[in-house]
Amino acid sequence: MDIEVEAYLRPPEMYMPPYPAKVITLATGGKLVIRQVTRDVVPTLLQAVKPTLEVERDYYDIVGARLYAELLGWYRYRVRDEFCLVGQIEGLLVGIVNTRSFSPEVDISLHTLAIERGLRIGAHLFAAKMEYSIEYLGRKEVLITAESPIGFRRWMIEYGLEKRDGQHELGGATPFALTRDLYFRNKDRLVAGERPVPADLMEVAEREIIIASEDDILEKILGAKRRLVQ
Amino acid sequence: MRPVVVAGAGMIPFERRDEDSLVGMMAVAGLNAMDDAGLGDRAVDAVYVGNMASGLFNHQVSVASALVDRLSLMPAAADRIENGPASGGSAIKNGFLAVASGYADIVLVVGGEKMREVIGPKATDIVAAMTHPSAEYIYGVTLPALAGLFTRLYMEKYGVTREHLTMVAIKNQENGLLNPYAHIRMKITMEGVLTHPQAHINSPIVADPLHLYDCCPVSDGAAAVLLTTEEIAKELNKPIVTIDGVGQATDTHTLQERSDPTDLKAVTVASERAFSMAGLKPKDVDVAELHDAFTILEIAESEHAGFFPKGEGAKALEAGETRIGGKLPINPSGGLKARGHPVGATGVAQAVELVWQLRGEAGDRQVKKATTGFSLNFGGFGNNVLAFVLRRKS
Repeated sequence: MDIEVEAYLRPPEMYMPPYPAKVITLATGGKLVIRQVTRDVVPTLLQAVKPTLEVERDYYDIVGARLYAELLGWYRYRVRDEFCLVGQIEGLLVGIVNTRSFSPEVDISLHTLAIERGLRIGAHLFAAKMEYSIEYLGRKEVLITAESPIGFRRWMIEYGLEKRDGQHELGGATPFALTRDLYFRNKDRLVAGERPVPADLMEVAEREIIIASEDDILEKILGAKRRLVQ
Repeated sequence: MRPVVVAGAGMIPFERRDEDSLVGMMAVAGLNAMDDAGLGDRAVDAVYVGNMASGLFNHQVSVASALVDRLSLMPAAADRIENGPASGGSAIKNGFLAVASGYADIVLVVGGEKMREVIGPKATDIVAAMTHPSAEYIYGVTLPALAGLFTRLYMEKYGVTREHLTMVAIKNQENGLLNPYAHIRMKITMEGVLTHPQAHINSPIVADPLHLYDCCPVSDGAAAVLLTTEEIAKELNKPIVTIDGVGQATDTHTLQERSDPTDLKAVTVASERAFSMAGLKPKDVDVAELHDAFTILEIAESEHAGFFPKGEGAKALEAGETRIGGKLPINPSGGLKARGHPVGATGVAQAVELVWQLRGEAGDRQVKKATTGFSLNFGGFGNNVLAFVLRRKS
């Protein structure tokens, strides 16, 4: 590695205070632990993202491909000021979210990948990354867009986001913003979680990020389409 | 009237089916029912399609004609039957009458709806088109709103609690886990959707006091039954399940005109008519499929259909009488709550479940020794209701 060249290519890093893990009781009674991960676990996370690359349903393929690249870029020091939160149930990875800080005032929400569906896991993870940006990093607003109409409708309807001019860095789609005011107005209704996470739950989550098999991931995303009955 | 046999039953899994067309879904369900009957080359005389709103959901009408063509059943007679969420039940009634009267010997009844083509609020708006245009709809009334008002009154009058409503949801979602055709296949807990301090985030208010998990999902799907005479059914060599009772009744269009809005008169009368035709009583029923579009409806219908006295449905639920293995299992399929509710398909899917139960083909959710089944398909907000009694002949 040419250190001098690498110094140009590797972005500097802004200090980010850690995101304290939390636990959410799901409709199933299951305990969803949401916690921040460091870049060393990216190779493990990519195993869960890879099966989504060929799933057209709900734009999982585009979200998966972009998330794969963002995580890999973070792992290999080619993305600036990215953070990543994961959701685990009994150690099993059920969702990933990531965001990039654009400035001390603005974060750019990147992606939300829910592997387990129908339990608001995507919504809980999305809320967690907004919580991190607004409450812990002190941003004034987070820029948001979506590839999937389902995600777009959910964020728009649930948070009543404000439209912004310009472009989100994920492309030319109209950007919207979650402001501090909007966040706090919706917090009681949408942002769940209890802290601290009980030690036994935290120990299981940190011991190993368990990745479901490719078949299981596709079953969770595609539902009955992959079952035998037609 | 001639006895009418359900010789074939079939459906497709209910869920969001982006890749499928309405007619395509109905065709597969229809083929499943015809295959199940072992119909072979025999001609179908008539096709009745239960569908509520394909014109609004899918910009397609004349779906019965389209289905006959897709299945190459020409020159069979074909009609689409619309009766709101009871369209499926009305289609079965018409098929029943066709066979019973001698108008047709072999009738295919298919129910189908593709609702997920539009976004959730739009689907709710389309379903709300069944409300009174100037007395209800213009004021923003939707079916969840009516159900919310009904639930509040029912709670005040009969002491039904949110715990009772959640018990219905938990039971039916547990049953749905046993049904590979169910839209929602997920266990839920009282803690997760009601008692945990943050349960309101998992199950937000839809129309107070109804929360998300008190409401059925918006589904795509189709179901079908093949109706015929006893003579032909014997030749097909299938277990004989007959439609012994059909009842239908109506009530005022608007809820506000009813002297007691908690009194579901059409449910009572339709059920009485079905039992009367079958020569049976509610106590003779081994398994029931009720129209639980909202959790309160399972409780209220179980009383109005005559299974429990008024105000006692919640107690029976609490005592476990309506679980699989209980005194009267209700909605072993998961009901609308878990199997899903593609509106036009629901009444037919209820019949499919009863046929499977009465034949002993319901797998892990089989109700033991079931020989008599009852289904109730609730149109409007209880203003056009159909009830059926099905029996397995030894």
